[in-house]
Amino acid sequence: MIDILRHDFVQNAFLAGAIVAVISGFVGYFVVLRGQAFACEALSHIGFAGALGAALVGASSLEGMFVFTLLAAVGMGALGKRLSGRDIEVGMVLSFVLGLGVLFLSIYTENATGAVGVLFGSILSVTINDVQVILGSGVFIIILMAVLYRPVLFASIEPEVAEARGVPVQRLSILFLILLALSVSVAVKVVGVLLVFALLVVPAAAAEHLTHRPWLAITISILISLIATIAGLTFAFIGHWPASFYIVSLTSLFYFIALIVHAVRSPRRYRELPHPSREVLPPAD
Amino acid sequence: MFAIFQYPFIQNAFIAGSIVAIVAAVLGYFLIVRGLSFAGHALSSIGFAGAAGAVLLGVSPIYGLMVFTVTASIAISVLGREVRERDVATGVIMTFALGLGILFLSLYHGYAEQAYSILFGTIVGVSRDDVVFTFVLGLILLVVIAIIGRPLLFSSFDAELAETRGVPVRALGSIFLILIALTISITTQVVGILLVFALLIGPSATAIRLVHQPLQAIFLAIILGLAYTWLGILLGGNSPWPVSFFITALSFGVYLPVRLLSKGIDSKRSAKGFEKLSITDSALASQKDRND
Amino acid sequence: MNSEIQEPIIQLERVDVQLGGRVILHNIGLSIQPGEFVVILGPNGAGKTTFLRLLLGLIQPASGSVRVLGQTPRVGSHLIGYAPQHRVFDSELPLRGRDLVGFGLDGHRWGIGLPSRSRREKIDQALKEVDGLDLADAPFGQLSGGEQQRLLIAQALLTDPRLLILDEPLANLDLAFQQDVVALIDKVCRTRGATILLVAHDINPLLQVTDRVLYMARGHSAIGSPDEVITESNLTKLYGSPVQVVHTLGRYFVVGAEV
Ligand SMILES: Nc1ncnc2c1ncn2[C@@H]1O[C@H](COP(=O)(O)OP(=O)(O)O)[C@@H](O)[C@H]1O
Ligand SMILES: [Mg+2]
Repeated sequence: MIDILRHDFVQNAFLAGAIVAVISGFVGYFVVLRGQAFACEALSHIGFAGALGAALVGASSLEGMFVFTLLAAVGMGALGKRLSGRDIEVGMVLSFVLGLGVLFLSIYTENATGAVGVLFGSILSVTINDVQVILGSGVFIIILMAVLYRPVLFASIEPEVAEARGVPVQRLSILFLILLALSVSVAVKVVGVLLVFALLVVPAAAAEHLTHRPWLAITISILISLIATIAGLTFAFIGHWPASFYIVSLTSLFYFIALIVHAVRSPRRYRELPHPSREVLPPAD
Repeated sequence: MFAIFQYPFIQNAFIAGSIVAIVAAVLGYFLIVRGLSFAGHALSSIGFAGAAGAVLLGVSPIYGLMVFTVTASIAISVLGREVRERDVATGVIMTFALGLGILFLSLYHGYAEQAYSILFGTIVGVSRDDVVFTFVLGLILLVVIAIIGRPLLFSSFDAELAETRGVPVRALGSIFLILIALTISITTQVVGILLVFALLIGPSATAIRLVHQPLQAIFLAIILGLAYTWLGILLGGNSPWPVSFFITALSFGVYLPVRLLSKGIDSKRSAKGFEKLSITDSALASQKDRND
Repeated sequence: MNSEIQEPIIQLERVDVQLGGRVILHNIGLSIQPGEFVVILGPNGAGKTTFLRLLLGLIQPASGSVRVLGQTPRVGSHLIGYAPQHRVFDSELPLRGRDLVGFGLDGHRWGIGLPSRSRREKIDQALKEVDGLDLADAPFGQLSGGEQQRLLIAQALLTDPRLLILDEPLANLDLAFQQDVVALIDKVCRTRGATILLVAHDINPLLQVTDRVLYMARGHSAIGSPDEVITESNLTKLYGSPVQVVHTLGRYFVVGAEV
């Protein structure tokens, strides 16, 4: 096992996987909070058209995805104040760009295998160059996300109040989509277009079932995606099945465990308190 | 231009495409009204695993599709209660199914080509048997939706009121998702799993912005769906580009201007439209009560 | 009550507001003194929320002048606390009561905001004021409507506002909770000397605490004490159709058109 770590492509895979896991765990928290799971899904599909379009003009797939997802993020942001509840708009854009991807693919016929790589992830073909790009985007995303942390949280939960307090709600929403677009593009490198959900939404959704503290939830979310990615890659190198299959299975497993834990911990205890007993209740934790 | 219709596979494609366009437009209307478009997308992705599994076992993909989407639709209606939660629960099932699909395909030789045709559709590969199957299933779907359509619509607009009137809201919701699962299974033959949205949601999403009365909207959606499909086959048959690209492009190309032009009256207007609908609908329901 | 020489906290002169090409508010003129408790009444669609959004600087008047706290309204003022109408929170909302209240303090600031003693104390203080300390660590989405409403008021109080704008805070609360919330808002008004603008559908639970009523209908308004405003001639004029007012047992009942 340790031997294979000497191979460059193995090292690259682990590095890229770890960075992407951290980004997705962090950004995913807000995706779930804002109810933008579908937007995330759409961006990843748009990335598919981008990656194939890039092949047409001879650019790298990561570059193609950046361009397409960023444009789409701005477009989606401009369409609506917040994207949650705009499933139809998102879905229409989604199916159109996928159709575009099919077109690119039919023009550039020799690339069916490449297309499948984009769809299902090609972590084993990540180059050191890709790792650098992923690291750069990762640092950028994390720093910006940290700067935007409080206003984004505020605007996600109470957009009207936030607006009255001077938070530029609409612009933040576009900015967040742009960060999401970047995160999606790098996540596609690891798990592929179809499985971005596994890293960007599932760990955060699991974490939000386990705790109501924002930072704890973010930490748990990052841990889940990190563990799933590292373990998934390790299994893939030992076993014979695709890495993305293991990663998806692991994050889904975490999600269902979280769901069970959540259900077991009697979720409705606060609501059932009779009115006067509020006074005698010790601070819950 | 129309010379392509002398080929049997184009004829099959044309007939199957027309049936699918009608069924998808009708079911899509309800999908939108119920705010379930994400579930529609997810169910089609889940179908991927079924199709891939069927390929691995050497049976027709449509059976795998039906088994997986129907099972998943039941799981989804059991799992998610609230919308936000439902989206995530749906998404988790979807992603896991896609992962399974990848596993199945990786175990199968000819990985890339199979994946491609499942994902993006091979309408020219539709056989006469497929056409018959599609016709029968499509007919059943239309009959069932004609029966449950009105209470379904009622419960979509005002679930609580419908429940007090004795509409089995939850059961209807589950049955509806199963219908969607089956619709997706046949639609996949035409446009492939990833593009189902174009035929399922596209026509109704456009129609709903143009007319507010349910029956008119459904009717308009059917016309749009048929137009996209026919034009798509015609254009695809006469050019080197794939049919599914033309169908998605038409669907989006009509939707976009309609959506943008009706932007000013956006949410308020459509909310009012829905209000009106729900009133007419409860009026209908109460009338029905009286008749009964 | 307050002396008349004080500079008004809100002053509107001949204000028109248009939205989407329609005139929503027409020729509104009024002034409200510091420390007043003003209840805004009127049918749905009368423009109550629009009026509040105007005061917050979220929309601009088509004509006329609006002065709030001595200046033209601008978003981001920490001197105004605001709680909008119909907020339904997902019961699975993954935040604690404390996190939501905290938004009122620094939700609009950039950066992650490290936890600090003084921040915690300020939040606890506001929670205490609304009698909600024990709700601080509960999942916000699972609190009852009344409990959520108290915390949202605490949130609006965090910046020490001089003007508190509450849009239908009593909607969806049962009578006991309504009284709770009214008493709480009244306490804030008296102890802090804050001005309260509160939109409601029923004046009766608020009669004890109301200084003046602003009645809006069809884009027009009338302001004054409940006795002055809630009269048949006034409301008939506002609604543009016959309205009857029954004032009995210390309560008002308005009967008519689309009340
Ligand atoms: N952004 C907007 N564009 C156009 N019309 C609007 C907008 N917001 C509100 N309105 C209209 O303004 C009127 C007053 O609305 P509102 O102030 O919300 O009423 P209230 O709060 O008194 O129920 C309504 O007829 C509503 O349709
Ligand atoms: Mg209002």
